Amino acid sequence: MSVVAVKNVSKEFAGGTLALQGIDLDIEQGEFVSLIGPSGCGKSTLLRIIGDLIEPSSGAAVVNGKPARQARRDHDYGIVFQDPVLYNWRTVAKNVALPLELAGWDRERRTRRVAEMLDLVELRGFADHHPWQLSGGMQQRVAIARALSFEPALLLMDEPFGALDEMTRERLNAELLQIWEASGSTVVFVTHSIAEAVFLSTRVVVMSARPGRISKVIPIDLPQPRTAATREQPRFFELATEVREALHLGGLIEVPA
Amino acid sequence: MTVTVRRTADWAPALVVAAAVIGLWEAIVKGLHVQRFLLPAPDAIWSAFRDNQSALWHEGWFTFQEALGGFAIGCGAGALLALVVARWNLLGKALMPYAIAANAIPIIAFAPITNAWFDPLTKTSKMVIAAVLCFFPVFVNVVRGLRSVKPQQLELMRSYAVGELTVFRLVRIPTALPFLFTALRVASVLAMIGAIVGEYYGGSLESLGANINQDASLFQFEKAWAEIVIACIFGIGFYLAVALAERLATRWQPRVETAGA
Repeated sequence: MSVVAVKNVSKEFAGGTLALQGIDLDIEQGEFVSLIGPSGCGKSTLLRIIGDLIEPSSGAAVVNGKPARQARRDHDYGIVFQDPVLYNWRTVAKNVALPLELAGWDRERRTRRVAEMLDLVELRGFADHHPWQLSGGMQQRVAIARALSFEPALLLMDEPFGALDEMTRERLNAELLQIWEASGSTVVFVTHSIAEAVFLSTRVVVMSARPGRISKVIPIDLPQPRTAATREQPRFFELATEVREALHLGGLIEVPA
Repeated sequence: MTVTVRRTADWAPALVVAAAVIGLWEAIVKGLHVQRFLLPAPDAIWSAFRDNQSALWHEGWFTFQEALGGFAIGCGAGALLALVVARWNLLGKALMPYAIAANAIPIIAFAPITNAWFDPLTKTSKMVIAAVLCFFPVFVNVVRGLRSVKPQQLELMRSYAVGELTVFRLVRIPTALPFLFTALRVASVLAMIGAIVGEYYGGSLESLGANINQDASLFQFEKAWAEIVIACIFGIGFYLAVALAERLATRWQPRVETAGA
C-alpha cells in the first residue's frame, strides 16, 4: 500500500488560474520524494492537497489508505514550512511539545519525547530558550523536531531550507537524511534547488508550470547513506544534469540551440 | 557595575533635565515678575501642595477610581467584542468601519452629554465617558492583533486538526497580546483625561476636575496647579502599572529599547 496516492488531481484557484492539472503520483513507504519545478508550477499546492490544507478541484489524495481529510484528523503527517512557524511565547521544548499536548499526551511522556527529539536535532541545551534566541537553521531544526515528535508516517516539507544560507542548508540536508533513515518515515519535499533534490531524494518529481503538471519522474540511484562525498560523485552530476534538462523542457528557461 | 548603579546612570540625564526645568521656571517667574495667574512659581505650587495634601490625595483618589472603573469597563468590552468580531468575520465587516471611524473622532466632546444622561455628581457619569474613550482603541487594536496571525501558523493548526477555540487559545490570543497592551497604555491615559474633563463639566466637589475648574475661577492658581500635579502623579502611576503588567504578561518577548513607546 502506498503512503501517498494522488489520483488525477486538478486545482483551479478562484480567478481561473489552473495550478495543477491531471496529477497522478504514488509514493511508497520509506521513500524520499522531492517535488521540483519553477515558481507557479503548483508544487506547494500539491503538497498542501496531500496534507488536506487545500482541497483539490477534482481528483483526490489518499494518505495511508484514507482520504486526506481523515489522515489529517488522525495526525498521520507532520509538516514543516519555509518559515519555521514557531510560537515566540513558547520555549523550544514547549514548541516541540505542542502537537503532543494537542494529542493529549501526559506531561511525563511529553517531557521524555521532547528530550529525545531535541537530542535527535542536536538542540539538547536549548530546551528553555525562546525561538528568537536561535539562528534560522536552529529554528528550522526545532520545526523538524516538532513535526516528527508524534512519529507521523509521513513528513511533508515545503522548501524547509529555502531561507537558509548554502552552508547551513547542506548541513541540515545531511542531518535530515540521518533523521529520515533513523525514523523510517516517508518524506515529500518541495524545493527549488536541483542539488538539494538530487542529494536527498530516492525520486525527484519534475514539474512544469501553467498548468502545473508532472513532466518527468527521475529515480535517484545514488547509494545510501549519502555523505558530503556523494555531492562529488560523477553520478550526482549526471542526475543533476538530467533534472536540469527536464526542468528546461518544462519551460523554465529557453535553451539556445 | 551593579544593576542599581547602571539604573541610576540611566536615569541621571532625565533627572538633570527635570531639575534644570524647575530651576529655570522658578528663575523666570521670579526674575520677570510673571503674574501668578499666568504661571505660579514652582515653590508656590509646592506650598499649595503641602498645605492641601490630604484633600488633594483624596480628590486624586476619587478621580482615579472613576478612571479605573471606566478603563475596566471600556477595555473589557472592547477586548470581548474584538474576540467576537475576529471569530465571526461578517460581523467584523459590518462593525469595523464604524469602529475605526469612531476611533478617529474626539469622543471627549461627548462629556457634557454623558453628564446629562447620568447624575453628574456620581462617579458613573465619568466612568461612562472614560469607558467610551477606552473602548475604541482597545477594540480596533485587538481585532488587528487577532487577525495578524500569519497564514502558515493557521495552516500548522489546521494540520493538527484542532478547533477554532484552540486556535484562539494557542495562537490568536497570544499573538494579539502585544497589540492589547499597546492599546491599554493608550487607554490608561485616555481614562484619566475622560474622568477629569468630564468633571470640568460638572462633578462632585470631591473630584480633581471640579476642583481645578473651581480654583482657577477663584484665582487660586497655586492650588489648581497642585491639583494638576496630583493628576499627573495618578496618570503616570496608572500608565506605569499597565506597562508593568505588560512586562509580566509578555515576558517571552525580546526587549527592544524604544523611546516613549
